[in-house]
Amino acid sequence: MKIIQSIPSPAIPSPAIPSPAISSPAIHTEERAHEADHPNSQIALFGADQPLKLDCGIDLSPFQIAYQTYGELNAGRSNAILICHALTGDQHVANVHPVTGKPGWWEVMVGPGRPLDTDKYFIICSNVIGSCMGSTGPASTNPATGKVWGLDFPIITIPDMVRAQAMLLDRLGIDTLLCVTGGSMGGMQVLQWTAAYPKRVFSALPIACSTRHSAQNIAFHELGRQAIMADPDWHGGRYADQATHPHRGLGVARMAGHITYLSDAALHRKFGRRMQDRELPTFSFDADFQVESYLRYQGSSFVERFDANSYLYLTRAMDYFDIAADHDGVLARAFRGIKTRFCVVSFTSDWLFPTSESRALVHALNASSARVSFAEIETDRGHDAFLLDVPEFFDISRAFLQSAGKARGLGG
Amino acid sequence: MALSEPTLPLAGITPHRTENYRSDHLLVAEMVERGSRVLDVGCGDGDLLQLLENRGIDGRGIELSREGVNRCVAKGLAVVQGDADADLVNYPDDAFDYVILSQTLQATRQPRVVLENLLRIGQRAIVSFPNFGYWKMRLQLLIGGHMPRTENLPATWYDTPNIHFCTIKDFIQLCDEINVKMERAVALDLYGRPLRLSAPWWFWNMFGEQGVFLLSRAGKGK
Repeated sequence: MKIIQSIPSPAIPSPAIPSPAISSPAIHTEERAHEADHPNSQIALFGADQPLKLDCGIDLSPFQIAYQTYGELNAGRSNAILICHALTGDQHVANVHPVTGKPGWWEVMVGPGRPLDTDKYFIICSNVIGSCMGSTGPASTNPATGKVWGLDFPIITIPDMVRAQAMLLDRLGIDTLLCVTGGSMGGMQVLQWTAAYPKRVFSALPIACSTRHSAQNIAFHELGRQAIMADPDWHGGRYADQATHPHRGLGVARMAGHITYLSDAALHRKFGRRMQDRELPTFSFDADFQVESYLRYQGSSFVERFDANSYLYLTRAMDYFDIAADHDGVLARAFRGIKTRFCVVSFTSDWLFPTSESRALVHALNASSARVSFAEIETDRGHDAFLLDVPEFFDISRAFLQSAGKARGLGG
Repeated sequence: MALSEPTLPLAGITPHRTENYRSDHLLVAEMVERGSRVLDVGCGDGDLLQLLENRGIDGRGIELSREGVNRCVAKGLAVVQGDADADLVNYPDDAFDYVILSQTLQATRQPRVVLENLLRIGQRAIVSFPNFGYWKMRLQLLIGGHMPRTENLPATWYDTPNIHFCTIKDFIQLCDEINVKMERAVALDLYGRPLRLSAPWWFWNMFGEQGVFLLSRAGKGK
């Protein structure tokens, strides 16, 4: 009330017309569309003789997997590490991103002398099936129609993604991986790898993940999907034919998702209640607060590089994930007799995949007598901590990989 | 957080060492057959686990403190966070050849249940604990009239995590009650060195600062 009194009498204070929350992307749209079919990556093509057998009952054929590799495969083919990326990640782990021009998403972790040391290990990351960075997905061209797949693309699951990765490894001539690692949806793939192909995984480093998607997480995903589908530019998923992109809906989905990747403490530390380039409220719905401005920026930059339909498909795949359900409801059965060495990592402030989820996994692994380490890292940076510079997490990852390498007879 | 700084589980005293290993750890390691599977409950910074792994033993650990767990994992050891009272129930029967409970029994809420669990999960158990019958303890209570505090157990009565102290004599009695067979027993002095083997029980109960016991399940007919 004090503030209103101090403003020199506007006749009727009316909210200013807000600037659009998510600015329209123009710069990268074409690169992104091109990237879906013709990525700046290595590609493995699988023809009619090698369909991908999907959980929904459909044989996907032909299809392609886009992937990046770093380091050298040794003569014994025993130093290969597979990185599984998260929901909105891609195969560009440690190189400049071809669409955004930004550094790779895990450069803090992957590189010479880093925990995932490219001088020692041969590192592979493939774009998941259903994504939009060169592996076949809803943004790819359907060879049967010559048009973008859109919602004609079959529903995919986490096991489908892993099946496709296994086919890629067959193509690369790699039988057993020294390690499979990844965070969030990537961690789900790690767990699926160990459940589906235990003999091909010498060690597993699942980070900030769970063996099943919780009701709360499904709810957040549904919020994001509804935002996309409510955008008139979505056109029932056929926006490519109309040369539009539901950037507002996808931006809102990203904003909601981004909140879940952070924590109350991290948001407060970073932004508090500080104002954005102003000292007083504007009495409008403009982005007065820094946190609003930040979220709008996150939404806008995301839509430049990501396909809205891919977001629908990949969130659905996470929602369906439940390893125990595939093993008569008993999680320990999924890992019975497993020889894989596990290191499970969670973060104290992660409320999307809280420590309790990791602990349930560890209990199941103990019941299967698996060799398992479990470290909870103290940080206020939330779920996204696995992407950030957290030295304790690096120490643990490095030591775990070294010990796995030693057990597998790798030097150094 | 730096993971390299070691902390000793025994805060007050520097334990006796032989070639970089604590004498009490060497004694425990000697009791374990090579090639066996071991669970170390309350593994601290993982010094004992590392010694066991160096000897070709497949070791796993449970540790209560997050810092301890993370230091162990950073050494490449297979350790999870948990405590003896709550988490042993999650392990299946006969999962290990040996389960080790080192200097932890007195801090558990239900020592008897924990002991039973050790011998359910493992074929054998190795248990060590501070002996409350140690002469310094007796003297402090008798002469000083206050709860004993020693170099190895420096906490005051109101902030100690140790809630179930016992003497060597008490422990032997519990083993009898729950039909546990003692295969080996050793008493250690203040620095973790074994006392004379020929000494009688009362001598151990008086001069042993801690007791180390190798236990197994008594015959099937119980």
